[in-house]
Amino acid sequence: MTAPSEPVSASEPLVPGAPPPATLWVDLWSGIARDNPVLVQMLGLCPTMAVSNSLANGVAMGIATLFVLVGSSFLISASRKHIPNEVRLTSYILIIATFVTVADLALAAGFPVISKALGPFVPLIVVNCIILGRAEAFAGKVSPSRAVADAVGMGLGFTFALSGLSAFREVLGSGSLLGYHVLGSHFEPWVFMVMPPGGFLTLGLIFLGMGWYGTRKARRAKERSA
Amino acid sequence: MSDHAHTHAAPAPAVAPGSSTPAWRLVATLALGGAAAGALVAYVYQATLPSIQQFADARIAGAVNEVLAAPARLDTLYLVGDKLSRTPPPGVELREVTKAFVGYDDQGARTGVAVEAGEPGFADDVRLMIGFNPATSALTGYAVLGQKETPGLGDKIEKDSAFGAQFPGKTAPLRGSKAAAADPSTVQTITGATISSRAVIKIINNAVARWQPRLAAFDAEAPK
Repeated sequence: MTAPSEPVSASEPLVPGAPPPATLWVDLWSGIARDNPVLVQMLGLCPTMAVSNSLANGVAMGIATLFVLVGSSFLISASRKHIPNEVRLTSYILIIATFVTVADLALAAGFPVISKALGPFVPLIVVNCIILGRAEAFAGKVSPSRAVADAVGMGLGFTFALSGLSAFREVLGSGSLLGYHVLGSHFEPWVFMVMPPGGFLTLGLIFLGMGWYGTRKARRAKERSA
Repeated sequence: MSDHAHTHAAPAPAVAPGSSTPAWRLVATLALGGAAAGALVAYVYQATLPSIQQFADARIAGAVNEVLAAPARLDTLYLVGDKLSRTPPPGVELREVTKAFVGYDDQGARTGVAVEAGEPGFADDVRLMIGFNPATSALTGYAVLGQKETPGLGDKIEKDSAFGAQFPGKTAPLRGSKAAAADPSTVQTITGATISSRAVIKIINNAVARWQPRLAAFDAEAPK
């Protein structure tokens, strides 16, 4: 994923445990695809299950998380030299909680219907492991530009995963997409798809598909090299 | 696949061994950070409060309009103690006062009263705006102000118009029935959401029973 041959920038001494140097593009892309927080790292599955029953909810949750991730990653990275190591997690949570509260209030003021549908899951972004995970593993150890690139990638990866999952569940579970009926009136919605079991089943199917794809790709690569 | 997942997540202390930060710096960092965060949250809260409250008020007004079928004129009565009054109690935030909304048609005749009520449903409280005629106990309808019932089943109390359409014209106290019934006090419950349906019925029955004596007392004291 990262090119080990790339030189370490002299102005940026490597912090112990810091991610290896990489271009901003690689940082951004890794969150969307190869390190996708939901599909590969399997982080943030609670909100993924809970709000992926309609596309509007999934997209709104993804964007709210993206906002918090980018804002907190930038601030954590920018102030990383001023935050003593002993209180770094406390400081990270303080920063994250502030952004979440701002996002929650902004959503309630600007998009009251969506805010009502998401209910307690926006405040719970504070404890979403993707965000604290990225703060501790990445943002607290790299420059703000890399932190933001990574946050945008992870946020988009989360949003895309959530959108795909929720579109699938909404079409089968309610027969609609973004509230518009797409499967006609003769379609009897599979109610269980919009309830938790449908979420587990859909996510399981996605993991199955990805596992199958990964195994096949590995086998092809092996055959080619043989 | 799994080795990619942990590429960034190398757990390691980010400080050189032996170094330590003086306690005052830890306290100062958290105090400064906390103060800045608090100030920001307070500012955003103040900035968003008007539109959040405006939305809440609009929802109440919309629900009243819906259950009383767009009345020509609306009176607001305030509950002070256990008595209704045309004037709100002094020194209390208006939003906190329990209210009854009385609707009149363009001839000045009373068409119904709308009150807010809530009780536990299948998941969390169901809050309704209920419209009824206190003299005859006939309902004019209900609107859902808040519910967290099961999507696709219990949320039909809000989203299935066939269920809600049964209520106008029925007379409280209501009964629920699994079969369709023409009886003026029986409504057909939603298949797969009996508990949610019964919650709506119970909220309406209790609200009518609670509000009827208050409205009667108000009418007796202050004839219009």
